[in-house]
Amino acid sequence: MPAMNMIQALNSAMDVMMTRDPNVLVFGEDVGYFGGVFRATEGLQKKHGLTRCFDAPIAEGGIVAAAIGMGAYGLRPVIEIQFADYIYPGYDQIVSEAARLRYRSAGDFTAPLTLRTPYGGGIFGGQTHSQSPEALFTHVAGIKTVVPSNPYDAKGLLIAAIEDDDPVIIFEPKRLYNGPFDGWHENPVSPWAKHPDSEVPEGHYTVPLGKAKVVREGNDLTVLAYGTMVHVAQAAAVHAGVDAEVIDLRTLIPIDIETVVASVKKTGRCVIVHEATRTSGFGAELSALVQEECFYHLEAPIARVTGWDTPYPHAFEWEYFPGPQRVADAMKRVMEG
Amino acid sequence: MNAPLKNTVPLSLRVPEPRARPGDPIDFSGLVVAPAGAAPRPDINASAYAVRDLAFTLVRVLDEANVAVGPWNPKLSPAQMKRGLRTMVVTRAYDERMYRMQRQGKTSFYMKCTGEEAVASAQALALAEDDMCFPTYRQQALLIARGYPLVDMMNQIYSNAADPCKGRQLPVMYTSKAHGFFSISGNLGTQFSQAVGWAMASAYKGDSRIACAYIGEGSTAEGDFHSALTFASVYDAPVILNVVNNQWAISSFQGIAGGEESTFASRGIGYGIPALRVDGNDFLAVYAVTQWAADRARANLGPTLIEHFTYRAAPHSTSDDPGRYRPVNEADAWPLGDPVERLRDHLIASGEWSDDDHKALEKEAADLVRAAGKEAEAIGTLGQSRPSVKEMFEDVYKETPWHIRRQRQELGV
Ligand SMILES: Cc1ncc(C[n+]2csc(CCOP(=O)(O)OP(=O)(O)O)c2C)c(N)n1
Repeated sequence: MPAMNMIQALNSAMDVMMTRDPNVLVFGEDVGYFGGVFRATEGLQKKHGLTRCFDAPIAEGGIVAAAIGMGAYGLRPVIEIQFADYIYPGYDQIVSEAARLRYRSAGDFTAPLTLRTPYGGGIFGGQTHSQSPEALFTHVAGIKTVVPSNPYDAKGLLIAAIEDDDPVIIFEPKRLYNGPFDGWHENPVSPWAKHPDSEVPEGHYTVPLGKAKVVREGNDLTVLAYGTMVHVAQAAAVHAGVDAEVIDLRTLIPIDIETVVASVKKTGRCVIVHEATRTSGFGAELSALVQEECFYHLEAPIARVTGWDTPYPHAFEWEYFPGPQRVADAMKRVMEG
Repeated sequence: MNAPLKNTVPLSLRVPEPRARPGDPIDFSGLVVAPAGAAPRPDINASAYAVRDLAFTLVRVLDEANVAVGPWNPKLSPAQMKRGLRTMVVTRAYDERMYRMQRQGKTSFYMKCTGEEAVASAQALALAEDDMCFPTYRQQALLIARGYPLVDMMNQIYSNAADPCKGRQLPVMYTSKAHGFFSISGNLGTQFSQAVGWAMASAYKGDSRIACAYIGEGSTAEGDFHSALTFASVYDAPVILNVVNNQWAISSFQGIAGGEESTFASRGIGYGIPALRVDGNDFLAVYAVTQWAADRARANLGPTLIEHFTYRAAPHSTSDDPGRYRPVNEADAWPLGDPVERLRDHLIASGEWSDDDHKALEKEAADLVRAAGKEAEAIGTLGQSRPSVKEMFEDVYKETPWHIRRQRQELGV
């Protein structure tokens, strides 16, 4: 099986689906001839033709709206928003339209679009190339929200999203595109090729939406994480010397509640980690769910480790980023609690 | 019931393509360049409809021999032209140094405006010092023209301890209210409609200041562009709405923003806004149309849309490699030349300047930039020096609420 980094895996998913299904097409800013600013669509226009992978005007609202219209016709558009930080002009179309089309038309019309967008910091991108806005979408009924953490899942989840009949947003952790960054930012990142999850089948397969994965088994506490933080959490467990069970949620909505509950009932402790700002972040939802479902099994208060409630600052990136030290400290606190 | 209509041919989807990609011969044959001096200069109270032809031509003053001709010749004094030339030359030297510093790892990111210097340099000269500009990241020449210290610009780029943005912003996202330079947003287009609001406020208060907004041709696709035109038209706001058409939006040619179907200037006509298309590499023409638009705004005649027709000679940013999507030497073949060389040659042709003067100016600019560079680098480049980490938590609100205070304490700063 070829070793792929996350960009190659995403590219392969789109290629496979464009080859199998003429109703799949890809568009977004700079995705056509150029192949996208992160190169995720490289070669797709050349292989599949100008009308199947093309540049879009700089109008995120227009990109989402056009995808809704195409979906209503019966196509399966895959759109790229160049950075999650630039999704907001498309927010109305996502929230008021894509998310509710099935409901308001009683299934008469649907919006089976897939929206891919790079998110997260750690690349010195400042406040407009670093955000993690997933909670603005998990809050909206009618959209599925997916965050892969490795090449294998990225391809399988993207194919599952394209085949899904509801709108799906995939937040791609851009810090993981080229390697499993674990938050120790002073160390070089090893390439994906050295990681088992870089073995990606060339053909069609899916990773089901709504299914989490236990990426590290343990008995002391449960860590709920997704995207970049899956790797940070594993590094933190080693650093703290805690027998942590790390769950990669993979899909935020609909969440795999069984896997979460089974783990927390086993360990009795829970640390929630995300890079997004803390207040009203997805961690708040996770915390409420764990409390509702596992209250009598909890032996310590649930801890959240998150980005601070500020914009993402250019010069203080590593103080902002909830790195392995902060996660390890939280693990120790929860073990004492 | 009517018989169903049948297409004579099956429908097909059109996706526009530029004339040349890497490896192809450079092709500017589709570009119609009106002769210098040909465009009429209407009275400032002419209606949008009456001046509509100006949205489809190119207002040009400098002819092929670099002589200033026609009704748009602003008849600037040699001193004014030399001031404009100086702004452009300093801007170019500044860009070159900062680009190099990024390449040397001294900062994370940089964006040049090479080839487009005339736009902001001429406009800064045509506007009053206290008119408020709402720039994009390619109008650094406004700050330079208005005397903002180069060293402060560099401190911003290095996110160092003296950074006026306190380490919070990506390089080049300057701000200076004192210099009529609105804080740059990384989100495209947003500032264009905000400028209209500022202009409405100035009108509301009976002020004399006007607003000057900028947007790239690629970003005219955003809804904010169209909101700006609607609001400016409805409220007759004293604002100059500039579209800088530098042909490329990262890898997308201007046709992806709809530039093949009609000019960007012509967007104004549908809103009843007088619109002009100007040779953006002709300093004198840019000055002249800006002065016309500013006079209109100050006379309570409302907004003007200006399309500056130019070419992005630089890569989009330090993250970009234009060789992947356009012919390598396309910039050198741009039929409207280079703005610095054209103004220089005009001054030389008028007997006001010489090659030696120009070399001396270039040296002066390089020295100025180098000296500022040394000063900023002595404070520190990215990572060597920075504001206090506390600054991360300040200015989120005027008064920091308890939860952010607690987070700051948790970080121990
Ligand atoms: C809302 C938004 N969408 C996308 C981007 C990413 N982006 C940054 S610059 C750019 C191209 C802008 O082109 P144009 O408006 O023509 O200005 P130019 O860079 O050519 O001066 C894009 C797509 C962004 N910054 N903001």
